[in-house]
Amino acid sequence: MIFFWAFVVGGTICVIGQILFDVFKLNPGVTLTIFVIAGAILDGLGLYDPLIDFAGAGASVPITNFGNQLVHGAMQEAEQHGIIGVVTGIFEVTSAGISAAIIFGVIGAIIFKPKG
Amino acid sequence: MADKKKKNSPPTAQRYQTFAKQREVKRPLLKNCIKAFLIGGFICFIGQIISTIYVYFFNFTEQTAGSPTVATLIFITMFLTGFGVYDRIGQFAGAGSAVPVTGFGNSVISAAIEHRSEGFILGVGGNIFKLAGPVIVYGVFSAFIIALIKTILTQWGGL
Repeated sequence: MIFFWAFVVGGTICVIGQILFDVFKLNPGVTLTIFVIAGAILDGLGLYDPLIDFAGAGASVPITNFGNQLVHGAMQEAEQHGIIGVVTGIFEVTSAGISAAIIFGVIGAIIFKPKG
Repeated sequence: MADKKKKNSPPTAQRYQTFAKQREVKRPLLKNCIKAFLIGGFICFIGQIISTIYVYFFNFTEQTAGSPTVATLIFITMFLTGFGVYDRIGQFAGAGSAVPVTGFGNSVISAAIEHRSEGFILGVGGNIFKLAGPVIVYGVFSAFIIALIKTILTQWGGL
């Protein structure tokens, strides 16, 4: 069942993105930035974890999850070290996305040649 | 901003702009949304399959499986981007391929490949976050503000 909800919730988040593209005429960079901030706000309100429990990858694959993880990392550290933890902990949980993007970006640049 | 520009431009330019607006091809919103829904949903569906594999075979929990799933999806994206397949998916799916984390991966990897001709240090290293930079910058900044407010409320406000 979680496969079905992953599809539906993930698809719905993409439809919201498409509406921002087409109706509000925002470019992809601005749209994705809005999505990340939205994810961070949703997690600040405590709404993102229930969504992941409900939809699995449908909530953890869209870029909104990036904002969610940033807040998560900051809050984890903040519980131990207070305000300082907010600064030091931000990348704690998000590591996977950014490091994977850098690592595979460089490997991709070594393997592939630009086209056109 | 667009309105301001319009008022300052000469009348012929204004007339041209209204004319151009009439001739502008209307974006097929419903069709685009359906495409975005199907491809976006499909990518998340594949993500769910990958994360299920991590949960059952590599002892991750439902919550922690997100990170390796994201890394795996970006790994797959590397090949799709390198062979030029992701661009084609992107033309078809619009936001359906941009919003999932694969779109983030694609923007980083394509920037890396594109700037390779300028050298690995300043070309690849300097431009790798050209497109994905705003997402990281404002993601981090907003997360900082939100976590700060939340910490102050919980630790000093007694919530």
